[in-house]
Amino acid sequence: MGSRFDIRRQTGFTAIAMICFFALYLPIITVVVYAFNAGSSIAIWEGVSLRWFYQAWNNNQVVDASIRSLQIASVAATIATIVATMAALATTRTKPYPGLGFKYAFINQPLMVPEIVTAVALLIFFSRIKIWTGYSGLGYLMAAHTAFCIPFAYLPIRARLENMDLTLEVAAADLYATPWKAFRRVTFPLLWPGILAGLMLAFVISLDDVVITEFVKSGGQDTLPTYMLGQFRRVITPEINAISTVFLLISILIVTVFFFISRKKDQE
Amino acid sequence: MASAEEVAKEAERRDIRDRWLLSAPALIIIFLAATGPLLIVVIYSFLTPGPYGDVVWKFSTDGWLSVLMQRDIFDDTLAFADAHLSIFWRSAKLSFMTTIFTLFFGFPTAYFIATRPARQREIWLFLITIPFWTNLLIRTFAIQEVIRNEGIVNTVLIKLGIISQPIQMMFTDFALMVGMTYVYLPLMVLPLYASMEKIDFRLVEAGYDLYANRFQVLRRVIIPLVKPGIIAGSILVFIPALGAYVTPRVLGGSKNMMLGNLIELQFGQGRNWPLGSALSISLMAIVMVALLFYVRSAGRQGGTHG
Repeated sequence: MGSRFDIRRQTGFTAIAMICFFALYLPIITVVVYAFNAGSSIAIWEGVSLRWFYQAWNNNQVVDASIRSLQIASVAATIATIVATMAALATTRTKPYPGLGFKYAFINQPLMVPEIVTAVALLIFFSRIKIWTGYSGLGYLMAAHTAFCIPFAYLPIRARLENMDLTLEVAAADLYATPWKAFRRVTFPLLWPGILAGLMLAFVISLDDVVITEFVKSGGQDTLPTYMLGQFRRVITPEINAISTVFLLISILIVTVFFFISRKKDQE
Repeated sequence: MASAEEVAKEAERRDIRDRWLLSAPALIIIFLAATGPLLIVVIYSFLTPGPYGDVVWKFSTDGWLSVLMQRDIFDDTLAFADAHLSIFWRSAKLSFMTTIFTLFFGFPTAYFIATRPARQREIWLFLITIPFWTNLLIRTFAIQEVIRNEGIVNTVLIKLGIISQPIQMMFTDFALMVGMTYVYLPLMVLPLYASMEKIDFRLVEAGYDLYANRFQVLRRVIIPLVKPGIIAGSILVFIPALGAYVTPRVLGGSKNMMLGNLIELQFGQGRNWPLGSALSISLMAIVMVALLFYVRSAGRQGGTHG
């Protein structure tokens, strides 16, 4: 076996791939390791300690920004997933009808425009509305996040729906189920892995956003990423590493669950 | 009484109406918090800058003019705005090179994953997915830790005695390119993998039977087969790279701006919202051209294979 000519092999490809995996993880691992540094430098190692995690935990700005991030991500991901589910039901399992292509393009529009351009557009629009209404709360950030989360929630839900045929729903209708009842008792139990995947994707996307948040936020509305971006201009202590590590852990947790849900979908 | 045909038509009409109602909330939210504001940017690009930012409602084409030209404050003559042009050029150059580098590293990586046994593939793929979903800011911060003057690369090189002074990498175009290649690499690997997964290796075998060597098989068989993935990955890397804001801000400093930072500047210290708006629309136009190119070549691919 070993001496057989392997048609799949390409010279040097495995080496480059290994370099890639190494290069992808080396910086991230460095950030995590220095989060446990006892000293106050992110370059000189002075022993293991959890002091920077304590410090971040007791830093009101960090705690406030984290709570704000979670608030915005929860609201935006929930609304985005609900309306994306409705939109996915409206745009799948049908023969083409007038406006279907328009709907696809419109729902995916936030993906096609560079984020900085959307950010600038929202800065202009919301600053007008802030003057007109006098309201300057978190609502603007929630609205902006909901809009760009919709395509991310929509994609996995639509993918799941396209693999489901209408037979069961038709059967439910034949048995005099109302459309709502058919959705609740038939469609939803089959669709939920897609909905959950969409919800988690939208949540991570909202949690990670920097650019749009940076432009839309009013004073004192830092989210965790914009707080971190602001700190980069100062002297960086391992506190940032500690925050990054926790952030990383949450992302990895969500991605892992997401990965297993979409794998389950493939196996069915 | 209505005929069966009329009943069916009425049912279909109602179905379409329901489908519009069902998608309305998503469409309205996107219109209010994404598409609509983009239209306002177009209007703002034709107004006059206000003294403290914002705009004065007076028509002007100066915003558009100053994308490319600048008026001499002494003799009122027009000249090319070198500062803007060089930033446009740097953005295009860096995005292009980032695309090339991610392709150079991403292609073998995707190929490596695609040629693993099925069960192993998922693990490797998962290892690519984690950085992909890790906050961009954290990844930028991470690469900064590696290339800083006190970072790993310099520390190791100094310890090994190869250099005596740290090499200044931060705040250079080199830092931007390393950073962007690093953060956008998963965007290249994932679509490449998707098309490599489908390679029919009997074609590769046929290539060897016809006395092709490894390089010829790669160039004449494998690359043509995964061309849609190469195009998709290149577009997915090039477009966000062109509009990059976070990576150049953190790694480039104030001297090595890209388009995204130039746009921000107009809404901050520059206090020239019309110019910022015109620059934003220019960026959007370049992205649209790139997307159009993608749609056309994807269409051609679909046409020849299906």
